[in-house]
Amino acid sequence: MKLLAWLGRKVGGALVVLWLVATAIFIGVRLIPGDPAEAIMGGPGSQASAEALANARSEYGLDLPIISQYFLFLAKLIRLDFGTSYSFKDPVLQIMGEVLPPTINLALMALVVAWLLALLFALLAMRANKVGQLLGNAVEIVAAAVPHFWLGAVLIMLFSSMLGWLPAVANGTPAGLVLPVLTLALPLAGFLTQLMRDSLNTAMGSQFALAARARGESRLTVFRRHGLRHAALPALGLTGWAFSSLLSGAVVVEAIFARPGLGRSLLSAVLARDIPMVTGIALFSALVYIVVMALTEAIERLIDPAGAES
Amino acid sequence: MSRTAKILSSLFILFWVLTAFVPALIAPADPLAINPSQAFQAPSGAHIFGTDESGRDVFTRVIHGAGDSLYIGLAATALGMGLALVLGTAAALAPRWLDEVILRVLEALYSVPSLLMALLIIAFTGPGVGPAIVAVGLSTAPGYARLVRSQIRTLKNSEMLEAATVLGRGTWLKVRNHLVPNALQPLLALVTLGIGQAVIWAAALSFLGLGTPPPAPEWGAMLSAGRTYLHLAWWLSFFPGLAIVVVAAGATLIGRALGGKVKAL
Repeated sequence: MKLLAWLGRKVGGALVVLWLVATAIFIGVRLIPGDPAEAIMGGPGSQASAEALANARSEYGLDLPIISQYFLFLAKLIRLDFGTSYSFKDPVLQIMGEVLPPTINLALMALVVAWLLALLFALLAMRANKVGQLLGNAVEIVAAAVPHFWLGAVLIMLFSSMLGWLPAVANGTPAGLVLPVLTLALPLAGFLTQLMRDSLNTAMGSQFALAARARGESRLTVFRRHGLRHAALPALGLTGWAFSSLLSGAVVVEAIFARPGLGRSLLSAVLARDIPMVTGIALFSALVYIVVMALTEAIERLIDPAGAES
Repeated sequence: MSRTAKILSSLFILFWVLTAFVPALIAPADPLAINPSQAFQAPSGAHIFGTDESGRDVFTRVIHGAGDSLYIGLAATALGMGLALVLGTAAALAPRWLDEVILRVLEALYSVPSLLMALLIIAFTGPGVGPAIVAVGLSTAPGYARLVRSQIRTLKNSEMLEAATVLGRGTWLKVRNHLVPNALQPLLALVTLGIGQAVIWAAALSFLGLGTPPPAPEWGAMLSAGRTYLHLAWWLSFFPGLAIVVVAAGATLIGRALGGKVKAL
């Protein structure tokens, strides 16, 4: 029952958030000066035909009062009818089904790699001496400050142009995935390591770690059984944010490595000012963020020794 | 912050302020002057960052690009922080239901990834420098606003404010003597960190062709233009990106140092 109530609250919250995002987009479109039909069809530069404009007007009910337009817009969204992308000439939902999986794949792989790297760095940092600590600190700060678009370019220069080990273009082979995933994962790994190291140091210096050592557990066992949980929690709490930053990064990475996906479609939709397509992508990414947030909350409850009962 | 850290931070900021306002002091040449016979020169004594496809000096362009890049980053942070202050303070001081409403709105805005939100805004406004500032500013505002809100709430419920109330201090005195000075320092740390991020986001938009248009020597735009020649001339993309990394890492370091001081209070 408790689980159902929790689920109910999450779904309710998600619907409110999606409704707000949709409302913001509706207001945004009406704020564009000029004819909203023209705005939906890509702005004055697109030179939409009179027929296309008339179609848009009737499809979006633009001759109706603004309140009716708003409810018509929401009703269409509820039926998952995002309209037809005017630049791709296909229904938005269908395009989304094609471009979403590669991007989610890329982001998930980057998330896993970033976590592994962060765990590794945190472990290394724990064992390092003073010079090693300083060096680690510097690497983390730089890793967290590196923009994706530059890191991608540098990785291509190194591993593709100079060494010739990996392809510079995402060509669908596993080798073609290495550079895009690394480009996304490295900055995130920098953030996560910073977080983990702080909490790991606190945990390993705490009373319960000392008690466990006194009971005769080895340093590694203490780390595995106690330290890791405490180190992982704050970083885990950021997974929602991390995933959202990965989606941002995916726009850039897909552009650099010529990889098809949500980001590239969004970019071309923005350049064409394709409002139906942009609306669909914004709502979907908000939904993804909400789902990831709910999942992390569930995992946090499983891991957190203090939160298990509550 | 230690004395050395203060001096280093001040020198860092001074350097970039000088570079942004009087770039000719460091790089006297014309950043737009083309010289096709000197195209694609690798970094050397004459051109320490090399030259681009039109023979323009990359070092000169990076230095002259600081103004644009930093201006967009600063303006966007100012816009985002200004909005966040209004929304965050309103939420913290408002009655419960209004706080709840503002929080929900912030959560909704926060759930759209920053760059996606920036792109969304540009889909409405069209590309350009102004839209890039608005886009980056608006997309960072929800994150700041949530921090401002929790900051002010903590202060509102703090014992020193209670003491001030007991002593009969008026609202204005409380705001001036307690709220502002105590909220300001953490915000300063946040703003410093934010400027680094904003410079990156703004450059990302130019990189995607939605911010400053070429041939202006803006870092993101330079990187984007250099991408075509990545296999031929690495220096075209490398150095503008390095400038972004230096600014962002410096801002992060200073911000963290300021934040550390706040924690020690």
